[in-house]
Amino acid sequence: MLTLAIAYLRDRPLTTILNVLLLAISVAMLVLLLQFGSQFEKRFEKDAEGVDLVVGAKGSPLQLILSSVFHIDQPTGNIPLSSLELLRGDPATGRVIPLALGDNFEGYRIVGTDETFLDLHQAEIAQGAMFEAPMQAIMGASVAAETGADLGQQFIGSHGLSADDGADTGHDHAPFETVGVLAPTGTVIDRLILTSVESVWDVHGIAHDHDHDHGSDADHADHDHHGEHGHADDGHDHAKEDAQQTARLQSVQSELQPELTALLVSYRNASGAIRIPAMINRQTEMQAAVPAVETARLLSLLGVSLEGARIFAWLLAAIGGLAIFVALFSMARSREGDLALLRVMGATRRQLFSTILLEGLVTAAAGAALGWLLAHSLLTVARNSFATMRDLGLSAWQPVSQEGLIILAVLIIGMVAAIIPALRVMRVDPAAILSRAG
Amino acid sequence: MQLQVDAIGKSYGTTAVLKGVSFSLSDGEQALLLGPSGSGKSTLLNIICGLQRPDQGSVAIDNQVIASPDSTAKSDEVRRTSLGIVFQTLRLVSALSLRANLELAQKLQTGRVDSGLIDESLDRLDISHRAGARPFQLSQGEAQRAAIARAVVVSPKLLIADEPTSALDRENTRRVAELLIEMAKTVGAGLLIATHDDRLGDFFPQNYALDQGELKSC
Repeated sequence: MLTLAIAYLRDRPLTTILNVLLLAISVAMLVLLLQFGSQFEKRFEKDAEGVDLVVGAKGSPLQLILSSVFHIDQPTGNIPLSSLELLRGDPATGRVIPLALGDNFEGYRIVGTDETFLDLHQAEIAQGAMFEAPMQAIMGASVAAETGADLGQQFIGSHGLSADDGADTGHDHAPFETVGVLAPTGTVIDRLILTSVESVWDVHGIAHDHDHDHGSDADHADHDHHGEHGHADDGHDHAKEDAQQTARLQSVQSELQPELTALLVSYRNASGAIRIPAMINRQTEMQAAVPAVETARLLSLLGVSLEGARIFAWLLAAIGGLAIFVALFSMARSREGDLALLRVMGATRRQLFSTILLEGLVTAAAGAALGWLLAHSLLTVARNSFATMRDLGLSAWQPVSQEGLIILAVLIIGMVAAIIPALRVMRVDPAAILSRAG
Repeated sequence: MQLQVDAIGKSYGTTAVLKGVSFSLSDGEQALLLGPSGSGKSTLLNIICGLQRPDQGSVAIDNQVIASPDSTAKSDEVRRTSLGIVFQTLRLVSALSLRANLELAQKLQTGRVDSGLIDESLDRLDISHRAGARPFQLSQGEAQRAAIARAVVVSPKLLIADEPTSALDRENTRRVAELLIEMAKTVGAGLLIATHDDRLGDFFPQNYALDQGELKSC
């Protein structure tokens, strides 16, 4: 009966293809929405784990979280280096991680930080060692795999946070040396290049004390920083310029202070959650943003759009079911002669019923399979085409269990659409039909 | 095989189309049922095939009742295991190839596919080269032979054909009649043909005529 059902479907290819496509598009949409929703949510949760608060320059709190925790947006600005000491000295804080952003290598962000950042993501050195000296760097697992970086190799960072930003502003004068590669963690750190905060300052020609200890109250008077990240500044043309340009540059540098981009804070006790954000927001020029709140806000904003798209996709699936119903219902009448013949040849009413039901099911199964493949292929294309998707760690071939439910629902739609036509053919009176035709 | 048609009566409203029709057909026997259009041939064939219930009488094949006024007859089972039917309009499943049509018939009626018998039948009917063709790709003559092939590949005890030569010229009528007789003999089946075409009378030793609902030997 399955062979016969498939033969009937092949006998009217246009209708079959149309019905399969309708269901495939709806399944693809549903799977994509599910994948985006679940992967982003999981990723956000994992990346933000262990970070209770992010302190950065005033601006959009969501932007601060996106840039400092998920590394997918531009930072809001810089904050004074002294803020690190301020928070590390607070008894309510547990871990305070400094971040200095501004450059990238082949689109992978170079993050100035310290070993506490590795602790946060529970990252371990797989090869080599932790950076110690200036201009040493360690690569996240994905960065190493995708750039082919090896221990001892040198690379030159470009200004900006994505590959396009710094195409013309390579820091040729200050190459980094890869001294270590991290083991994969499944978090954002896999896609980052880590170095010391001082190395980031060095790249930008910001004078500072190389023995600077983030945990001490060092004198920062001689530190300078040459400005906000994310803009093309003229401090990048260092090496071969004439004396006049060097002098001008030194002049600019001398006006800048060594700064940080953000601080990732975890509390030692609950009182920190009440006191610290209020203190930062009211008494300083910085802002404090809570990742859990901002992520929830982002997911809620995304959720509204996703829900709308999801309703549309289910409507498409229902239309696909309706199309199957119309096709089978009209076919049942034009196929009465065949069905009568099958009854005469010994087919039971149940077999005739199952033939029609199978046509609905096979159509739905083909639509579901095609839609599923389409969705995951589109995820692959999205991942390969859009840097943001890669940065979010979007994975193309990681099916989730709910996809099975979508497929099951579409199969049920196909079956339900076929039930009425199938019941109709069960009532076929072979004698009447064969006599009529004869 | 023994076909026993016993006192079959059938009316549509007040019109009696069959009045106590009785005849029998023994193992390997061949008979022709002649009658003009509207004489009740198709009704009688439907009753013999277990597709319609008679008002009176019964039909049995090898003592298994296939048709009776009550619902106790196991029509589907007897028809499936005993009969091969060639319909007037041939009735090949258009979505399937010729070979697939034969395989489907075998699967439904015997529960298994006998490729050897299919090949042999296609060869004997000279349509083996058209085995992969769909029904609409066959000529009228090829389709006629395909319908015969489908009826014989199920190894029936009785081969029944309804108007198998309608719309055929004399030469093709002769060929179809000879093929039916030959194929019935090949599979050891009895043969019963209902037709209005009295040109077929010469091919059969036993002819019956339906006249106003009554069956007469001729």
